Amino acid sequence: MNKEDLLNKISEKIKSDVHGALEKAEVLYDFPVFYIHKDKIHEVLSLLKNDPEFNFHFLTDLTGFQTEDEKHLGVIYHLHNMPKNYRVRIKTFFPITHPEIPTATDLWPGANWMERETYDFFGVKFKGHPNLKRILNVDEMDIFPLRKEYPLEDQTREDKNDKMFGR
Amino acid sequence: MSDNKLQKRTKLDMAKSPEGLEGPGFFATKLEDVIGLARANSLWPLPFATSCCGIEFMATMASNYDLARFGSERLSFSPRQADMLMVMGTIAKKMGPTLRQVYEQMAEPKWVLSVGACASSGGIFDTYSVLQGIDRIIPVDVYVPGCPPRPEQIIEGILKIQELAKNESLRRRESPEYKRLLNSYGME
Repeated sequence: MNKEDLLNKISEKIKSDVHGALEKAEVLYDFPVFYIHKDKIHEVLSLLKNDPEFNFHFLTDLTGFQTEDEKHLGVIYHLHNMPKNYRVRIKTFFPITHPEIPTATDLWPGANWMERETYDFFGVKFKGHPNLKRILNVDEMDIFPLRKEYPLEDQTREDKNDKMFGR
Repeated sequence: MSDNKLQKRTKLDMAKSPEGLEGPGFFATKLEDVIGLARANSLWPLPFATSCCGIEFMATMASNYDLARFGSERLSFSPRQADMLMVMGTIAKKMGPTLRQVYEQMAEPKWVLSVGACASSGGIFDTYSVLQGIDRIIPVDVYVPGCPPRPEQIIEGILKIQELAKNESLRRRESPEYKRLLNSYGME
């Protein structure tokens, strides 16, 4: 099945089974991408995993991002059906002031560490996650370092002053 | 083969004996000098290698550069028996407490060699997750610049530490200055 057909078929499926979930669907970089409303995300993921035809049994990746206007966060799911080699990408957005979505650990146990990582770097709270704490950064860290509001550089470094670099 | 001939063929460079009073059958010198000589020429390094500088250290230990020539052939992977902590590579902030614990487990006297830009200042990793120089958590005796430094530079750094060990007063580790240094790092 080519990418356009897959896109249309899954779009139809989501539209008919989960009302009001699909916001947009397009093929981006040779990859069907679906934009799902944040309240319906778990329902849609569950549908795509358990549907006998699509059966996305493998969660390739799960990660977070921040939109350009810095007011929204998002989460991306990459799903894979290995026997049929179907691959899709699911995106969902929510305001940065209220970063909460349901966990996917009940569908794919592999989501556990990926959600912890997303929490660690973006502060996305996954409701229902069994052990939502930092995974890569030091436990004492009180920021979510990949959010644009926090500087990337270490603020205590002294040798990078304007005098030396002519800035 | 006489000793003389052997010496000529292998170009043995013996450690210089300290200043002292020499006569037939005896040699008198200061205990401090003898201990300094012994310490300097048998430093046991503890390699704390986290990245590419660690690869350069492997070359330093291997036959081409051969750190054994300087009395450091025996790596100690237990901090309790090591004299010299060699920190080679980027130290993430999460690694900091571990490095500090390793340092605290070493017995006095101990020296620290910071190898490479990352260990010395954070290097190119000016970022929230990387420690900007190990001297923020443990005292450092010698810094080796480079990214990564060549084995010759690492050997030069070790020779500098040997110099420190040789000339260090036996009472230095009990001195108020040294205590103050440790206290400034929050150690006893």
